[in-house]
Parts: sequence; C-alpha cells; structure tokens
Amino acid sequence: MSSTTGAEIVRLEGVTKRFPGVLANDRVDLSIMGGEIHAIVGENGAGKSTLMKILYGLYRPDSGTIYLRGAKQSIDGPGRAVALGIGMVHQHFMLIPAFTVTENIILGHEPSRTFLNFKKVATHIGELCRKYGFSLDPGAPVSSLSVGEQQRVEILKVLYRGADVLILDEPTAVLVPQEVAELFNNLRALKAAGKTIIFISHKLDEVLEIADRVSVLRQGRMVGTVEAARTDKRALAEMMVGRPVLFDLTKPQVTPGDVLLDVSGLTVPGRGTRPVVNAASFKVRAGEVYGIAGVEGNGQTELIEAVMGLRKPIAGAVHLQGQAATGLTPGELRRRGLAFIPEDRHKRGLVLPMTIWENLILGFHRDPGFSKPSGLNLKSIMSHSNEMKKRFDIRLSRLENPVLALSGGNQQKVILAREFSHDPRVIIASQPSRGLDIGATEFVHQQILKAKGAGKAVLLLSADLEEVMSLADRIGVIYNGEIVAELAADQVTPQELGLYMTGGKRQTREGVPA
Amino acid sequence: MGVSELLASALRMSVPILLTALGAVYTERAGVVNIGLEGMMIAGTFWGAVGSFYYGPFVGVLLGMLAGMLLALIHAVASVTFKINQIVSGVAMNILAAGLTRFLCIQFFSMATTSPQVHSFKAWSIPLLDQVSFLKPVVTGVSPLIVVALLLVPVTYYVLNRTVFGLRLRSVGENPLAADTLGVNVTLTQYAGVLISGALAGLAGTYLAVEHTGMYIEGMTQGRGFIALAAMIFGNWAPVGAMWASFLFGLSESISFRVVASKIPYQFIKMIPYVVTLVVLAGVIRRATPPAADGVPYERGGE
Ligand SMILES: Nc1ncnc2c1ncn2[C@@H]1O[C@H](COP(=O)(O)OP(=O)(O)OP(=O)(O)O)[C@@H](O)[C@H]1O
Ligand SMILES: [Mg+2]
Repeated sequence: MSSTTGAEIVRLEGVTKRFPGVLANDRVDLSIMGGEIHAIVGENGAGKSTLMKILYGLYRPDSGTIYLRGAKQSIDGPGRAVALGIGMVHQHFMLIPAFTVTENIILGHEPSRTFLNFKKVATHIGELCRKYGFSLDPGAPVSSLSVGEQQRVEILKVLYRGADVLILDEPTAVLVPQEVAELFNNLRALKAAGKTIIFISHKLDEVLEIADRVSVLRQGRMVGTVEAARTDKRALAEMMVGRPVLFDLTKPQVTPGDVLLDVSGLTVPGRGTRPVVNAASFKVRAGEVYGIAGVEGNGQTELIEAVMGLRKPIAGAVHLQGQAATGLTPGELRRRGLAFIPEDRHKRGLVLPMTIWENLILGFHRDPGFSKPSGLNLKSIMSHSNEMKKRFDIRLSRLENPVLALSGGNQQKVILAREFSHDPRVIIASQPSRGLDIGATEFVHQQILKAKGAGKAVLLLSADLEEVMSLADRIGVIYNGEIVAELAADQVTPQELGLYMTGGKRQTREGVPA
Repeated sequence: MGVSELLASALRMSVPILLTALGAVYTERAGVVNIGLEGMMIAGTFWGAVGSFYYGPFVGVLLGMLAGMLLALIHAVASVTFKINQIVSGVAMNILAAGLTRFLCIQFFSMATTSPQVHSFKAWSIPLLDQVSFLKPVVTGVSPLIVVALLLVPVTYYVLNRTVFGLRLRSVGENPLAADTLGVNVTLTQYAGVLISGALAGLAGTYLAVEHTGMYIEGMTQGRGFIALAAMIFGNWAPVGAMWASFLFGLSESISFRVVASKIPYQFIKMIPYVVTLVVLAGVIRRATPPAADGVPYERGGE
C-alpha cells in the first residue's frame, strides 16, 4: 500500500452513532491528511473512542459516509479496516497475556493458512523493530512485559498488518514519563516513514508536543480542527469544555493534625523470594496529602492492597486513627472511616453490569438510610443517587443503566461520589485521574484538596509526577518495593523525583523517618 | 496378577477417558465448557454399536463420531450462538442423550438396555515389542483405536501449538474480544472446538461398546465423560498432561476391578476411581490455570 503524504487519506462525513439514551456521535465531519499526526481531544464521553471504532469497523454508524484515499468505503468489520490499511491500538489493550509477543502479533494475520513457521515470522518482526526503533523480545510471554512494552506489541501488531493509518486511543494514559518519551520517538519514526497517526489523549501538553493538527469533539459534535502550532492549552481546553478552564490549583494551607494513617514496616511477600513490598513505613496526618510516586509495578499496588486488607502482609502494622487495623477486612476498614479509590476501576470499585444507583451505594447498602427491614429503601436511594449525580456532575441518561455504559470519566465519578459521600477520615486514592479529561481531572483534584482542607488524611498514589507534585505535601518515592526517599513536595524537582523513581538515587537510611 | 497385566488393563481403561479428555482440551481451549461430553460418549456407545452391528466397526466408528458431533452441534448452537449458560446446555445434552438412546435402542434392537454382540476391529500386535515377555500383555491384542488415541496426543499438541487453527483456537479461549478485533471468527472457531470434542467423545463411546465390551449396554460410560473433564483439568488443559491424568484414572479403575478383598464391600472398591477423581480435583485444581475466558459466552460491543 502506498502512503500518500500530503493528500487527504481519511474523510468522515456526517457520521452519526446513537446508543440507547445517548447520541455518541452527531453528524461528525473529519478530514485526516496522509503523513500527519492528528490528535482528537474531548471530554470523557465526547465520543472519541466511538468515532474511532466506527472508522475501524467495530461499530456501524447509523448514518454518514467514510472515504479512504478519496473512495467511498463501507467498513463492516475490523477485517475490512485492516485490509484498507487502518490499524487501531485500543484504550484497553487487546493482548493475550498467556501468548508470546510473536503469537500476539501474528494472531489473525498468520503468514500461512495452515502451519506456523515461527522462524520466518521472527525475522519479519525483528526487521519491523529495527526499522522503527522498537526494543522487544519476540519470544517473551506478554504477561512478563511492562505496560510500555505491551503497548509496543500493540503498535507492532498494527504495523505487521501493513497499516498506513494508525489509531492510538489514549496511548499515554498508562505510561510513565520516560515511556511517553520513547513512544513519541517511535511515533516520529513512523511519521517519517510516511504513516498517518490518529492520536487520542486528555493530556493537552502532549497533544501540543506531538500533533500537527488537533480536532475537538464536544458531546458528540465536532467543534473544529486547529493547527497545533497556532493554538495553546487554554484555547483547546475552552473548545473542549465550552468554558474557560483553570489550570492552577491552590493548595489550602492547613496545619497537619494527628496521624490518622500510620503504616510501619509493612512487608508483603512476592511470587519469588523477594518481598514485593519491603518494610514500607510512612505516616499521613489529618489535613495532609501524602503522595506515593513510583514507576508502575514497584509494589505500590500491593502496598495499598495490604493496607486495605485485600492482601496479607507478613510483617509490619497499619494503624487507623491510632487504632490497630492490620488484617481487618475491607468492610471493617470502611466502617472505620477509610475510603478507597482503586487504580483499576473495572476490577475493583465497580460492578460493571450492575446499575449506576446500585454502584453508588455498594458497601453502604446496609446503612440505615438505604435499607429497611423489608429490603432496600429505594426511595431514599434514588434521591441520594440524584443528589450524587448533581453534586459530582455524573453525565448519565438513566440511573437504571448499567455502569458499564458510562464513559471512563463518568465511571470514575461514580466511585468518587460513593467514597466521598460517607464522610471518611482517611482517603486512599490510587491513580484517581487515570483516563480522565481535563475537566474531570480538575474536579478530582479539587475534591482531594477540599478533603484535605476539611482535615482528612489523603494517601495519593500516582504515576503522574505533575499530579503528585501539585497535590501532595510530602512525597514518598517507592522503588523495588521500598520507600527510598521521603521529600517535601515544594522542595523537589521532577528530575530529582524521576531519579529516585528509577533507582538512580536513594536517601540514606537516616534520611527516611522511621 | 502381574504388573504388566495391570498396566495392559490400565491402558485399555484409560483410552476412553483419554479420547474424551483430548476432546475437552479442544473445546475448553476455545473457551466453551462442555459438560455434555458424557452424553456425547453415550451417543457414541450406542451408534458405534449400531454401525458395527450392521456394517462392521469402521462404520461404527463413523456413526459414533457423527452422533457425538450432532449432540455437540446442538450444544454449540445453544451455548455459542444463543449464549445459553454452558453448564445448563451441557447437562441438557446428557439428559437428551440418555433418553434418546434408550428410545432408539428399543427401535433398533427391540431391547431397552443392550444390543446384541457387535463386530470388533481385528486386534493388533505391535511387532518386535511383542517379543519382550514383560511387555507382551501390553502390546498384544491391541485395539487399533488405542493406537489412534495415543497418536492423538502428539497430534493435539502439534495442532494447538504449531498450527494457525490452534493459535486461533487458543486465542478465542483466552481473549475472544481481542481475537475478534484481529479478524478471528470467534463463533466459527468455538464451533470447531465443540464439534471436535463431540467427535472424540463419540469415538471414546464407540471404543467402549465396539472394542471394550463388544456390545452396547445402557449406562456403560459410568461417568467417564465427567472423569475425562477432571483429567483435562488435572492435565492443565494440555494434551500431554491430560494423557498422564487419564492414565492415572485408568489405572485406578483397573485396580478397582482387580482388588479381591472379601472384607471390604465390593461397592467401596468400585468407588476407587471416583474417589481418586475427587481427591485429585480437590488437591490440584488450585494450581491449574484454565484459559482466561473459559466458560464465558462472548458478546460483541462495549469497550
Ligand atoms: N457500547 C456502548 N453502549 C452504550 N453506550 C455507549 C457504548 N459505548 C459508548 N457509549 C456512550 O457513548 C458516549 C461516547 O462514549 P466514548 O467511549 O466514545 O467516549 P470517549 O470520548 O472515548 O470518552 P473517554 O475519554 O472517557 O474515553 C458515552 O456517553 C458513552 O456512555
Ligand atoms: Mg474513550
């Protein structure tokens, strides 16, 4: 397939897609030029993923036309899209962890129809890796790869199928800064080779860095397309949200009070002989945000699970409001005033097929306000749910819909509404703004700072350095399961944090408060 | 009773379990649980006997496999196309097979529970090996179907790991959404997996009737379809593992035939294979890793 740099390669006209109760795409027009990096931005639920799934043949539009290289096409399935040179890397990876890199790449597009010749395939994949500067071991099982590497497998999958047009749906949401830099290098190499890239992101700085042009969707409608060089963050944000957006957060000045969460010497066994969490100690006080920064997979997930009673530590103790809380069940901890915003909202935090109102009261369904002897008190639950919908600005059509029909940002708001509405004393927030648009991120950040202002203790885990630095008062850096440094947020640079996070530097033992 | 006689008997007892367990590997690696294998085996015993009675063992094998596949097709339509709960559909296949066979048995043989004696394959002796006295009981009087069953182990391994079909089959059982977006026909692949399992269970049933007993007897499968599922799980959803597990179950079965102890009631001795199954499942199942999407009907749409 020849690349057609400079000429229009994809054109969408009047594309409309309706889901029960929502108009996800409303007469959308979009023009993509060959060889450009074209970003698509918009709030959660604006219809970005839906539009891309239509282009990739996963959804059929209700109306509208798609032109490819000037010719009208009906894309009735991903197979057709691939044949037309379109490839997509999904927001949620579509990999098979039990398969090797090679098996994942060739699946569905095997070089022969009958037998697998792994040697031949390996050479081909090696060539692709060299051409675009990807580093990967083709024989490694995908379950052993880091998130950044898994993403490279996804991109290779698309390239292996000979795609000219690559759709990347929020590729940076799961990456740490170093991985983002590597991804951008790969994307630049692809662009130099004449590939066209459609790039979805909520991080406007990234969009402005990598994209040539930016299209903005708002509530299913195309607001417009601008040149990246001729716009800025504020202008884009205003196009997305429809009102000016504030980017500066002011931390409320609170004098920290009593220690509400005290974790000391917590050690969690790992798969092998090394513990995944090794003698982690820190204290979070009332009116304080304590950030834990670290590259994903350094034990932060296990640390929080151990604190939450989801995993058994072999040593160490957790104290909640001065009382021993090690080994309590999550339910007991929640009753004692601990709120939890989990990092993976699909696995924990939500029951996707259950309704929105059910998810809003999960775990609190026995509260006197929501239950009566004969069962649930639907009337009070509904009025509570409606209040939550308003207070947390959850965009939904019906409370009776399953929560899985909500966009990612609105799913997160359901969790926030549930966790914040029961007046917790300690809040554990793990990647609270992952996948959220700027409006929703701003909202989450405000809620966290408001909680701090109200004298609550907040433990914040995030892979996003900017987020940790702008919210936290103190930052503990976790590396290889150990807290290697504890720093005041206003006295540290991102570079320094990055150095601690990657193991390039550590505080001396004495430097770490016991 | 010598060790080699015991081994010979264990081998013969493990063949129907092995064949069905291999079938179970195909269907479960494609993500469809097929608890109806017992019923497909029952269909195999009856139709194998019918075919063999009228036209000889080759036609018996053919009819037995077809009967298993027909039930498998119903299971696939119900559970893959209409996404009915796979356990419910599988149980329905077992009930259907048991009832239908009795009805048909009366039609064909004017007897409700048995067929007359049917033709068997000519038994083989493995050349050279049958000269070794220790191996003699194992390698003489071997049914060709035993050889087929043993050959199917490496064949299944090869199909799963070295062919395009196997790659796609496994992908559908691990992550059907990913497979679908990559252009793999999930429905077709799952049908293939289920149909192969039906064919192999049917073959296992045919072996029991035509080769092992020489006639059809109602209830002759004695839950071996379920034991085969246990063997597949014990073997960690892989053909070689399933083979060793089947052999273990075959061995416990042949031991239960040979234990002659007057003190212990005979019913308890008959229980040995089932107790072994329970113990093995209770002990091992925690370490086993099923395909990630095993038993979950695949529906398109959504993120
Ligand atoms: N399969 C579906 N069934 C019902 N509604 C859906 C489905 N997929 C998306 N929607 C709805 O369509 C709208 C657009 O969703 P879409 O996923 O395209 O948003 P998005 O812009 O990608 O948001 P995000 O930034 O959160 O990923 C949302 O209101 C969402 O709830
Ligand atoms: Mg999306």
